[in-house]
Amino acid sequence: MSGIIETAGLSRFYPGDGAPVRAVDGVDMSVAEGESVSVMGPSGCGKSTLLHLVGGLERPTAGTVTIAGQRVDGLSEAAWARLRRRSVGFVFQAFHLVDELSAVENVELPALLVGTSRRAARRRAMELLERLGVADRATHLPDRLSGGQQQRVALARALVNEPVLVLADEPTGNLDSHATGEILRLFAGLREARQTLLLVTHDPRVAASADRLLTMRDGQIVEDTRLDGGLPRQAVLAQIAGWEA
Amino acid sequence: MREAMLAMLAKEPAHGYELRQRLIQALGPIGEVVNSGQIYVTLGRLEKAGFVRGVQVEQSAAPDKRVYEATPEGREHVAAWLLDASWPKVAPTEFHLKLVAAAATGLADPVALIDAQRRELLRRLREVQLLAESEPPDGDGVLILEGSALRLQADIRWLEACEQRWSARRAG
Ligand SMILES: Nc1ncnc2c1ncn2[C@@H]1O[C@H](COP(=O)(O)OP(=O)(O)OP(=O)(O)O)[C@@H](O)[C@H]1O
Ligand SMILES: [Mg+2]
Repeated sequence: MSGIIETAGLSRFYPGDGAPVRAVDGVDMSVAEGESVSVMGPSGCGKSTLLHLVGGLERPTAGTVTIAGQRVDGLSEAAWARLRRRSVGFVFQAFHLVDELSAVENVELPALLVGTSRRAARRRAMELLERLGVADRATHLPDRLSGGQQQRVALARALVNEPVLVLADEPTGNLDSHATGEILRLFAGLREARQTLLLVTHDPRVAASADRLLTMRDGQIVEDTRLDGGLPRQAVLAQIAGWEA
Repeated sequence: MREAMLAMLAKEPAHGYELRQRLIQALGPIGEVVNSGQIYVTLGRLEKAGFVRGVQVEQSAAPDKRVYEATPEGREHVAAWLLDASWPKVAPTEFHLKLVAAAATGLADPVALIDAQRRELLRRLREVQLLAESEPPDGDGVLILEGSALRLQADIRWLEACEQRWSARRAG
């Protein structure tokens, strides 16, 4: 069986005082195309490192990563850059927007880099900013945006080329409840379009929006469980009625 | 409270007064609401159900006292209670006592119970969110669903706090 993401024995150790820090420690993971998966776990358990390994932002100490059938753990920086531009959208925990470019220019940049026409890139960028409720900030530079606005611009940038795989690290970390709702609606749209989502999150709403939950602790996946299809609608309604009555 | 008391007796036999002290210790400030009348009534019911057995112990200076211990059926009942993931209204108190009991009796791993409970609540939250999405935004149903979703979120965040505490205990 081969999913869009396959890892085997994936590990990343950092030198520490004394024993190395085993940030990611032997992760075997398989994510099917079109699936949405959330990763939860206590702070420092290795969630961001895992995402960075899958997205090619860090190199594994050991183990392999395969994306859509292609071994990627040994790819050059340039090959990774190409892959990320076309097929893998990445939303960082720290947003990494280009300071000198306006919000909309940041969003359309990856589209221009793959040869989309200026008009089409701008249209697509504005459409995403609109859906995320930050279109009125399109011409602002990042340092004039709030944390939550920067987060939404970073998300729009990750989605502008309609990547088959979206990797997002705390995509709602700086957002209020309303903006979180916008992002969840956007994710629902991605799922309908069969885009694959791997989400690192502490937010129960985001975690619960996924089909599957991975729980990490000390660099390892300690639990892999499906969230979908468990409860019939009637049972859910009965439970709610019982609680809220 | 009934199952929590039974769990404490599964750990070691006790008489009513000791049991009350242990409950108060496990409950913190909420322990104030536990009166001894309740304890004896509950012990009587547990005995009738066959979950505990009372043994009369003679004391020279004081009146005889009754020491209660859990029966095998009682221990089985505690194990089933620990693993039951339904989430009654008094959830935080009940669940906290469950974790205390799991650790004290060794019948279940507290961190594993927290994981299982989080799984269960995330599944429910997922269903509630899907129901809310399919509801007309101005319908009355949305408010109820929002209420349930918020409760579930709060409970899941609280489970995170539990996890931190119990992981640290397990490590230390
Ligand atoms: N560049 C680095 N050098 C050394 N140690 C690192 C480095 N990056 C991460 N670590 C360590 O690796 C572990 C995992 O870090 P990681 O950022 O993946 O955690 P996380 O699960 O994303 O946490 P959070 O929820 O706080 O974002 C931590 O102990 C961290 O201190
Ligand atoms: Mg992180």
